[in-house]
Amino acid sequence: MPVKQIHLAAQFPSVQHTVIWSDPAAGSQIDFDSFAHLARTAERGKFDFFFLSEGLRLREHKGRVLDLDVAGRPEALTVLSALSAVTTHLGLAATVNSTFNEPYDVARRLATLDHLSGGRAAWNVVTSHDAFTGENFRRGSFLDEADRYTRAAEFLHTARELWDSWRPGDFRPDAASGEFIRPGAGRFAHRGRHFDISGRFSTPPGPQGHPVIFQAGDSPEGREFAAADADVIFSRHGDLAGGQAAYRDVKARLAKYGRSPDDLKIIPSVSYVLGDTPAEAAERAEEVARAQVSPQTALMLMEAAWGRDLSGYDPDGPLPDIDPVPESVVTKGHNLYRSRGREETVRHWRKTAEERGLSIRELITEVTARPTFVGTPRQVADAMNEFVQSDAADGFVFSPNVVPGGLDELVDRVVPLLQEMGVHRADYTGPTLRDHLGLKPARRHFEETP
Amino acid sequence: MTRLHLAVALDGTGWHPAAWREPDARPAEILTARYWADLVLEAERGLLDFVTVEDTLGLQTSAFHRPDERTDHVRGRLDAVLLTAALAPLTSRIGLVPTTNVTHTEPFHLALGIASLDHASLGRAGWRPQITSRAADAAHFGRRTTPQLTDADVLDSELIAARLRGLFGEAHEVVEAVRRLWDSWEDDAVIRDTSTGRYLDGAKVHHVDFEGEHFSVRGPSITPRPPQGQPVVTVLAHAGTPYELAAAGADVVFVTPQSRADAVARLGGFERARQRFPRPAGEPIRTFADLVVFLDDEPGRAAERKQRLDEVDGAVFGSDALVFAGTPAELADLLLDWRTTGLDGFRLRPGALPHDLTAITRGLVPELQRRGAFRTGYEADTLRGLLGLPRPVSRYAPVGAGG
Repeated sequence: MPVKQIHLAAQFPSVQHTVIWSDPAAGSQIDFDSFAHLARTAERGKFDFFFLSEGLRLREHKGRVLDLDVAGRPEALTVLSALSAVTTHLGLAATVNSTFNEPYDVARRLATLDHLSGGRAAWNVVTSHDAFTGENFRRGSFLDEADRYTRAAEFLHTARELWDSWRPGDFRPDAASGEFIRPGAGRFAHRGRHFDISGRFSTPPGPQGHPVIFQAGDSPEGREFAAADADVIFSRHGDLAGGQAAYRDVKARLAKYGRSPDDLKIIPSVSYVLGDTPAEAAERAEEVARAQVSPQTALMLMEAAWGRDLSGYDPDGPLPDIDPVPESVVTKGHNLYRSRGREETVRHWRKTAEERGLSIRELITEVTARPTFVGTPRQVADAMNEFVQSDAADGFVFSPNVVPGGLDELVDRVVPLLQEMGVHRADYTGPTLRDHLGLKPARRHFEETP
Repeated sequence: MTRLHLAVALDGTGWHPAAWREPDARPAEILTARYWADLVLEAERGLLDFVTVEDTLGLQTSAFHRPDERTDHVRGRLDAVLLTAALAPLTSRIGLVPTTNVTHTEPFHLALGIASLDHASLGRAGWRPQITSRAADAAHFGRRTTPQLTDADVLDSELIAARLRGLFGEAHEVVEAVRRLWDSWEDDAVIRDTSTGRYLDGAKVHHVDFEGEHFSVRGPSITPRPPQGQPVVTVLAHAGTPYELAAAGADVVFVTPQSRADAVARLGGFERARQRFPRPAGEPIRTFADLVVFLDDEPGRAAERKQRLDEVDGAVFGSDALVFAGTPAELADLLLDWRTTGLDGFRLRPGALPHDLTAITRGLVPELQRRGAFRTGYEADTLRGLLGLPRPVSRYAPVGAGG
């Protein structure tokens, strides 16, 4: 069996407490130069794509803007458009919310990025329903949680209809005949539960036809959405067995949509810490963890779980003896406890801390740790390769701890090893993100209905 | 003498509907970054203050107010904010001013997009908010309806403004909400204070709590304050209602005089709007006149070219702005004459690209420089700097904070 190629990607990290802004090497989180540095580094490493997340409301803690973590970022599609001018092959992936946007506007912006970048655009489709974020929008908060995925699915289908409203050859200006476009180009009509729209679409689709579609949810609904409609799914499984189980589950969902396992790439988000020796790497990893969870951050995350002020507690002492306040929300815009639920989170934390005698800060460091490859460059390259060859993933999104230089070591020291091993490209073989990911051309609607 | 300001308005292959059929036109490339980069780099070589990039949410139409089925004019376009963002790293001095719709879009997203363009261009972003003039565009969103302009309305700017008055009122609110969001982070909000573990000074990041008739926005922005503090807001205005929008919220207003006397009249109309919407001292508004230009060195040649294009199109091209056809020297005469009415500058709409753009940068600009009426080098690296506009302190900063 031929070896699988590892798909590598980079995320510009923001607003997670894992970004070590206090590092002496840390640079601006907003200057374009920081984005350009990280994107150029990823392109130097022949990565598949560069990824930006999104958050449409600053998080608040105890009634004030959360001041401990990095906050503030540019609009994703705008900065990616600017990056298209300083990169040549790197895929450019934007997270764009399907709740606080409209299909017409999003479809034209993504088509624009695909044109500007020569076929390198991707869209991470996310959903949201919270009233907290809705306060920033005309639309406000209007969506039942149950409708999140049905709206997202219809949003995506509508965007695809808009991209398909121009057929190949519709945009072919011919001065001799005087015909700029074919008659009726761009005409569309969509009638659905969430969207009822019609007219003429302003923008012919870009080189990829449809941008590459990402899906980030790890819930059963999220996986089903990805199996039906996405090209890439982000997962969050750090250990081999968990990764393999998720991989099998997701890939098995594809057949009923007439898709093959290769049509959907599974790419978890990870980090890395290198050292010249295993011991040095382990030591640096501990330093990183300490820097990521300051005493103030540890207490803040504990307060978020407990739903009450804990400012009298010592971060280096035991967990609070008082009980959480059920239903009380002191932190808004944080999704740390969404997967497990608050009560269950608290129970789990208390048990872990008691069993292992952990302080507040030690516990928070433990429970918020991200999947991280730690070791010498050789160890990290081998571990990454094992993860992919044993079908726990198709690749990785690296989210560095320090901006903008946090990817340099990986590209300088690990990527060459992967290239030597024959599991990562020595150079790009095509111009588009679909080429990098080995995806088939987009299935366009008009090809199915003659 | 004080120098005048010059901008060009870029759209498709130029403002004449048959320009795309000229031998030097590149119509098949209007969806590529390279095409626009060539144009904007040419404008920057000509030391122009800024370029504007037109946009419409819907497919272009030949009439201002309703869709059509024509196939013989330029159709298909890119989002102007993203397009100008792609041009930002390729340029270093020229201002970049995209048009956006404000009727069907979210003010929060607009604020982020323009602020992000300002970050990517290191302080060269502007913005032209535009209301929707075509009722048919509303069906692209399916959430509201907007007034339908009649064929009689479009002959008179005051009738247009009257029909669309509600949308202009909403545009006032959008501009105000966007400006508040740009100010919502004070310049020194990021403190990185390791001793307290704080990245931000939370007291310097503000809810904007905009409550209008049409919408509300809580804030703060998710994008830190842009390099210019406030990117340059521009408004194209033909009548009393849009003059009020410009007076209340713009840094630059584009007016469309048909003659020198008309320039006097329009600036008077704008001045009356300014009295109704007074701005704080120290907030100047630059006035620009729009002109569509066809330029050739040989006398009479530009008029011939325009006439030839009209014949190709089968109609005599006219515009909301005066259509000028002549030599660069004749245009320089006109600009220097009109500016004595109090105009600060001109936004020139090239009739055909690239011909009339290079005639501006290589013909008109040297002519104006010879007369001492235009810069010979960029004197600032932000758009506000080029326009002589001060960088405002955030409205949320404590009184007395430095600017």
